[in-house]
Amino acid sequence: MVPDDLRYTKKHEWIKVNGDQGTVGITDYAQGELGDIVFVELPTKGKKVEQMKPFATIEAVKAVSELYAPVSGEVLEVNSQLTDKPELINSDPYGEGWIIKLRIEDPSELENLLSPADYEKLIEEEEGH
Amino acid sequence: MSAKGKRTPFYELHAKVGAKMVNFAGFAMPIYYRSIVAEHRRVRSSVGMFDLSHMGEIEVRGPEALQFVQKVTTNDASKLALYQVQYSAMCYPNGGIVDDLLVYRLRDCFLFVVNASNIEKDFQWLQENLEEDVEVKNRSDQTALLAIQGPRARDVLAKLTKANLNGLGYYWATEGEVDGVRMLFSRTGYTGEDGFELYFPPHYASQLWTSVVEAGREYGIEPIGLGARDSLRLEMGYCLYGNDIDRTTTPLEAGLGWITKLEAKDFIGKEALLDQKEKGIKRKLVGIELENNSFPRKGYPILLDGKQQGTITSGIFSPSLNVGIAMGYLPTEASALGTKVQVEVRGKMVEGRVVKRPFYTYGSHR
Repeated sequence: MVPDDLRYTKKHEWIKVNGDQGTVGITDYAQGELGDIVFVELPTKGKKVEQMKPFATIEAVKAVSELYAPVSGEVLEVNSQLTDKPELINSDPYGEGWIIKLRIEDPSELENLLSPADYEKLIEEEEGH
Repeated sequence: MSAKGKRTPFYELHAKVGAKMVNFAGFAMPIYYRSIVAEHRRVRSSVGMFDLSHMGEIEVRGPEALQFVQKVTTNDASKLALYQVQYSAMCYPNGGIVDDLLVYRLRDCFLFVVNASNIEKDFQWLQENLEEDVEVKNRSDQTALLAIQGPRARDVLAKLTKANLNGLGYYWATEGEVDGVRMLFSRTGYTGEDGFELYFPPHYASQLWTSVVEAGREYGIEPIGLGARDSLRLEMGYCLYGNDIDRTTTPLEAGLGWITKLEAKDFIGKEALLDQKEKGIKRKLVGIELENNSFPRKGYPILLDGKQQGTITSGIFSPSLNVGIAMGYLPTEASALGTKVQVEVRGKMVEGRVVKRPFYTYGSHR
């Protein structure tokens, strides 16, 4: 089961919308696929990110992967706890392991994201092959 | 928790404990159960168990078996006493590596233990070069392989066998009963720790897995996936076929001169290797340690004075040493210990230097 108050990307990021702001992280499925996360390269505050363009990099023991912005906007805050404790993404991907907060530039972009039900289907498909 | 591929006899046991499975060399294998880092540390500090049934076992038998082994491998098998084990390699006539392997001298045959990704290729290679009075048999599907590795490995195995483990030296094997099952086992491994590798018929897999878990409980034994197997071997600077060695690299370039007996005997590839040695080895596999929190990966460029001179063949953030470590080929003149290099990590230059292998020097094997 994935949290039902979030929207999802096909690349396994989530966004929690709160007015014109959004909190972004990666899903529990994604952290499980990546395994031990040892380093996160975060964007700087104020940086503009574009929908489905890379905004951060995660180094896990076995692989490196880019994170894609669910929507375009300006980075308002980054989770500085991750500098010392990147493993928070493994242990609490929807909570303490959040990655950035951003100001949502264009709310209509949210329409391009997956609903919780659609995201669950996506995981099932990926697990199936 | 699903991956396509051939299943080892331990497959259901991995599924039961929720292992993260991947396809590796055509097999559905656990990459980790809990966490690569946690599993890595468990092997360094105590003991872990590995399903290595994907590895290949090929028997070489017949009156001319020794001569054949001498012909196809680089190390000197005539030096092997009964039940002794040897690390070796097979080469093509041009000196490129077919595979690296363990050679066991058993009562009625030699046993080759080869990389999973190379089983078919190796078997075919052996058949192509076969001599009269020699027979090769691919026993991979009839052989389960379970490794117990770590400073407490001996304590675990001692609870399951009456065999004299103190008398079993590193790189020696014996035949005896483990948990009532007669089998071949050796004091060998790929982790840098003390440890054993157990070979037995697949239908005992479940019984032995359960018994080893039980025997190891007091030492905190846990199953270890391929992820930690890779980080453990890389901390030791051991080569992985397909990464650090392959058909385009020679044993001399890879620092495997110690298993390449150019003086002692003839073997396939010897002429080319002698020639390479005479003309000078142009590149060498080196260990590289990086500065800062950096994570070298296979394929990243290695630069000297701004110019690319090599490529990372294996790299990882070392869980034991807390630094990025890597291997890669550099021109011989740039391969000396202490040579300063840069590694391009995702577009950024990270400083590093050539260091001695093994990277990790506190292992429990001797």
